[in-house]
Amino acid sequence: MSKGVYSDLESESIEIIREVAATAAKPVMLYSIGKDSSVMLRLAQKAFFPGPIPFPLMHIDTGWKFREMIAFRDRAAREVGFKLLTYTNPRGVAERIGPITHGSAYHTDVMKTEALKQALDLHGFDVAFGGARRDEEKSRAKERIFSFRAPGHRWEPKAQRPELWNLYNTRIHPGESIRVFPLSNWTEADIWQYIRRENIPIVPLYFASMRPVVKRYEQWIMVDDHRLPLEPGEKPQMRMVRFRTLGCYPLTAGIESSATTLDQIVAETLGATTSERQGRIIDHDGAGSMERKKQEGYF
Amino acid sequence: MDTLRFITCGSVDDGKSTLIGRLLYETKLIFEDQLEALKEDSKKFGTQGERLDFALLVDGLQAEREQGITIDVAYRFFATPKRRFIVADTPGHEQYARNMATGASTAQAAVLLIDARKGVLTQTKRHSRIVSMLGIRQVALAVNKMDLVDWSQPIFDEIELAYRCFAQDLGFDTITAIPVSALEGHTIVDPGYAAMPWYEGSTLLDWLETVPSIQHETALPFAMPVQWVNRPNLDFRGFSGRIASGSVKLDDSIRISPSGVTSAVKEIITYEASQEVATAGQSITLVLEDEVDASRGDVIASVAHPIECADQFEADLLWMSEHALLPGRPYAVLIHSKSASVTITHIKHRLDINTGMHLAAKTLGLNEIAVVNLSFDRPVPFAPFSENKRLGAFIVIDKLTNETVGAGLIRFALRRAVNVHWQALDVTKSARAKIKHQEACCLWFTGLSGSGKSTIANLLEKRLHGDGKHTYILDGDNVRHGLNRDLGFTEADRVENIRRVAEVAKLLVDAGLIVIVAFISPFRAERQMARGLFSPGEFIEVFVDTPLDECERRDAKGLYAKARRGELKNFTGIDSIYEPPQSPEIHLRTVDMKPESCVDQVIRLVNKRSGTA
Ligand SMILES: Nc1nc2c(ncn2[C@@H]2O[C@H](COP(=O)(O)OP(=O)(O)O)[C@@H](O)[C@H]2O)c(=O)[nH]1
Repeated sequence: MSKGVYSDLESESIEIIREVAATAAKPVMLYSIGKDSSVMLRLAQKAFFPGPIPFPLMHIDTGWKFREMIAFRDRAAREVGFKLLTYTNPRGVAERIGPITHGSAYHTDVMKTEALKQALDLHGFDVAFGGARRDEEKSRAKERIFSFRAPGHRWEPKAQRPELWNLYNTRIHPGESIRVFPLSNWTEADIWQYIRRENIPIVPLYFASMRPVVKRYEQWIMVDDHRLPLEPGEKPQMRMVRFRTLGCYPLTAGIESSATTLDQIVAETLGATTSERQGRIIDHDGAGSMERKKQEGYF
Repeated sequence: MDTLRFITCGSVDDGKSTLIGRLLYETKLIFEDQLEALKEDSKKFGTQGERLDFALLVDGLQAEREQGITIDVAYRFFATPKRRFIVADTPGHEQYARNMATGASTAQAAVLLIDARKGVLTQTKRHSRIVSMLGIRQVALAVNKMDLVDWSQPIFDEIELAYRCFAQDLGFDTITAIPVSALEGHTIVDPGYAAMPWYEGSTLLDWLETVPSIQHETALPFAMPVQWVNRPNLDFRGFSGRIASGSVKLDDSIRISPSGVTSAVKEIITYEASQEVATAGQSITLVLEDEVDASRGDVIASVAHPIECADQFEADLLWMSEHALLPGRPYAVLIHSKSASVTITHIKHRLDINTGMHLAAKTLGLNEIAVVNLSFDRPVPFAPFSENKRLGAFIVIDKLTNETVGAGLIRFALRRAVNVHWQALDVTKSARAKIKHQEACCLWFTGLSGSGKSTIANLLEKRLHGDGKHTYILDGDNVRHGLNRDLGFTEADRVENIRRVAEVAKLLVDAGLIVIVAFISPFRAERQMARGLFSPGEFIEVFVDTPLDECERRDAKGLYAKARRGELKNFTGIDSIYEPPQSPEIHLRTVDMKPESCVDQVIRLVNKRSGTA
């Protein structure tokens, strides 16, 4: 692929992003700071170049993001020049809800799902972009690119609109909304190869480095700050680890790796024997847990 | 590396999910943790005893697992050193066929599954027709569960022959039949299975890796619908879109449809740098030499091959809604980037999915396919689907529910719009109204049978007539004796009934009259359509609001009693719905109002319009 020529995959995503700009009343792009968001951001820059991105990006801050992620987010907003909105569920703050004290499921419910709905309602956004890919998880594999949400942000998996060709039905009634996934047809390998090809900046946590970690449930949990209570006898140790996916810090486990360059990450990803979701504690709640979360309004 | 998008389809339980799970497994696309989860799930939900149930890898929704069926199309990804694949795993259940069309619309090839024990089924035929209609030309016939028929060559040969006979008219370029066992994994990836020495053809994966994936669009002349106008500031105007066909390079002359304006390509903008050329499939932004106008839905094309415009078409249509298609009803339509309004003017014939026979039809139900004539409310740039998919495909959307209800493919334009020009007349509507000292308008009375429409309309006309106004009443019952004598009371006929009356009312308003229409007109969509025929302010919706029990108590014509006895079918309010107006110009609650005061209320508005009150 010669430089500047958009591949089919890229062109499809750009088409999707432009379609929203052309039809939505008030769109927003959900920005989670991860690698997929970074790719989605680059595609949005491309879609509207030489103009600016004509909608804001919004980060739902659970209060439990790795510190490096927040620093990266603010730098990206400055350097790319997009409008950044952030939102944290005030109820969660008031009640001091956290993954360690309240459990991962409840924390995710309040600080992500509920927070997202509050934020969308607060601003009156009718269309929200998300960086989810169909290869991530089984219920995602069945979701449309333009995924219609009933009032209250509910997803009805059995009542999805047929989605033919590249013709997207964007008509909605007041109170309804659409989640749009421009990266639907990308795989994890596509994402990494693209990041390498385009030299897209990503959070340093994706690269292997010596980090303080403890081992729990056979996984490496990073001790990012003092909020992670150590079990009796547990002592952080320094390990070469990196992250394949980034969520809230005690909920996302790192993997041991020596990949410190994009080339090495791509090589590792192509040869991987486990899925990236393995590092996400939320998915282990049981079969259908993601589908249930999505029905309730999770991205 | 190129990508092949393909779909798998077949009847329930033919083994699609198993086949795809097998492909993912054999191409090492299943991760260890997923395999762990699969082992767990196989024990819990599996149908294979101790064996791994690959179907569980792809049946993603809880409801699917519980019912043991595939409901919605799922997209799967895998790659070999030769190709990248996107599989649309589409459901077999009849009621979910619309989801199959979703998967087929973006596919370049199809794998049709057949259960060797069952042979070619109705579902196989139905799916083949949808696949064919959506323009897929490469088909693999995977005859599955060969293990259950003792790997029998005669059975395989018989199925292949039966399918080839059936598929003769479907326009496939190639049909490749392959005997497989998805469960045991034979002839999927590994060639030559000992129990089938008679089969020397390719494996399914061979076929997938070699079937042509090229899009012939690249060889066509350049065309690009304008998807979005990029105007960040006054100094820059770019036209963004995805190239539908051909290629474009700097300095090429272009023509914009429908305006016909010409210009040349000054710059092809992408993020890194400007480009010299761009080809079909790419999303780009064009800057033109001249300051020309183009908006979303216009098509920029090579000057030598401009894109035609038309508003009347013959098209193939797949209906995807439980609510029947109603000819005459206006629907929203999206074709490339162009939104418009469309009515189906005529169903030429419906296709019998099993035999391919042409059947007469007045409406279309869920999953039915037909050839129809359509009329858009404005000319749109297009190309026949068979020549250019992106410029010939459209979706039909219900204006009230916003559901996607139809998928269509343009066959060709009916030249009617070009030939029947509107006669421009010198004496205008306002001139005709002026000489009568009035403002022409249409007072549209809607309400249940027996609500008092005719009574109020009559009184109203008397009063207006007495005031020297020129009026005319179109009454439901009377019109049904003449103009609409051929129509009954089915939903489709009711729509046509209203369409004709609305058109007549429009002509009479054009003649300068105050037209009073008194029709039940039960459906919002048709009243909306009628409103759309008139200039703003000319259409006055009068809701004669009488509760059903009151109408039934009055029952002046004894119709409710008849309907209740089942002697009258499709009676509004009893076994056919009435959709009350949401914001009528006039709302008459007749229960506590005399007809005279109702008339007063209407007259006040009429006078206000003509400025005499
Ligand atoms: N014996 C045998 N059984 C099969 C084969 N392929 C699928 N099956 C079984 O047929 C049933 C339906 O398969 P599934 O993949 O769920 O079908 P789908 O509804 O088309 O997705 C399951 O019990 C499978 O294990 C095969 O090649 N041989």
